[in-house]
Amino acid sequence: MSGALAQPALILSLLLFTLGVVGVFLRRNVITVFMCVELMLNAVNLAFVAFSRQMGTLDGQVLVFFVMTVAAAEAAVGLAIIIAIHRHQDTLDLDAFNLLKW
Amino acid sequence: MIDTVVFYLFAALAVGSALVVVGQRNAMYSAFALIVTLGSLSAIFGLLGSPFIAALQVVVYAGAIMVLFLFVLMLLNVKREDSDATQSPGLRGAAILLGGALAFQVGVVLWGYRVTAPAGFDASTVQVARELFSARFLYVFEATSILILAALVGAVVLARRER
Repeated sequence: MSGALAQPALILSLLLFTLGVVGVFLRRNVITVFMCVELMLNAVNLAFVAFSRQMGTLDGQVLVFFVMTVAAAEAAVGLAIIIAIHRHQDTLDLDAFNLLKW
Repeated sequence: MIDTVVFYLFAALAVGSALVVVGQRNAMYSAFALIVTLGSLSAIFGLLGSPFIAALQVVVYAGAIMVLFLFVLMLLNVKREDSDATQSPGLRGAAILLGGALAFQVGVVLWGYRVTAPAGFDASTVQVARELFSARFLYVFEATSILILAALVGAVVLARRER
C-alpha cells in the first residue's frame, strides 16, 4: 500500500530540494535563505524516509532523527549569529554579512 | 487508493507552499508558508508508514525550530522588503537555470531507479526506538547530545549583549 508511494515521494523530495537551492540563490534576506536551507534538509529527510520504505530497513528513519537534531542545533546557533550581526550592521541583507571576508 | 489521493493532495500543498517560501519577499509570510510545507511533509511521512518521524516533524520542526524563526523575525522586526530586489535579472535567470539543471539531472537518475518496496514493513515507534537505542547507534547518540550542549552554550554566548 504505502510502498508504491515511495517513488513519487522521491520526486517530491527532488522538487522541494531544487526549490530550496533556487531560494538560496535568489533571496537576499538572510533569514529567508536560512529557511530555504531548512527546506533542503526536509527534502533530504523525505528522501531518507522514502528510501527506508523501499529498502525495508530502519536505518533511514534513524538518520532522519539525527538530521533533525543537527538541524535544531544549527537553527539555534545560526539565528544567534544573525542576531549578533544584526546588532552591529542593522541589516539582514546577505551582502552586508562579510565579516569573515578578506 | 485513498492513500494515493491524500498523498498527491499533500504533495501539491508542500510544493505550493515551498514556492511561496522562495517567492515571497516578506520573510514573515515565508516563515508561515514553511510551516505549511513542514506540516504537509509530516502527513506524507505518515502515509509512507513512518508515524514516529511524522510526530517528530511536527514537534521538532513546526513546534521548535519554526517558533525560533518566528521569534527572531519578530525580535529583529524587519520591514525592509526592498533588500530582496537588489539582484540583477541575469543572476536571477542563472539561478533558476542552475536549479532546473539540478532537477533535470537528479530527475533522470530517479526516473530510471525503480525498486519494488517489500510488503511487510514495520516502522512503528517501538521498532524505530529499538533501532535508535541499539548498540549500533550508541556513540552517535551520545555525540548528538554533546552537539546539542555545544549549540546551546554557543547560542547563548553569541546572542549575548557584550559589555
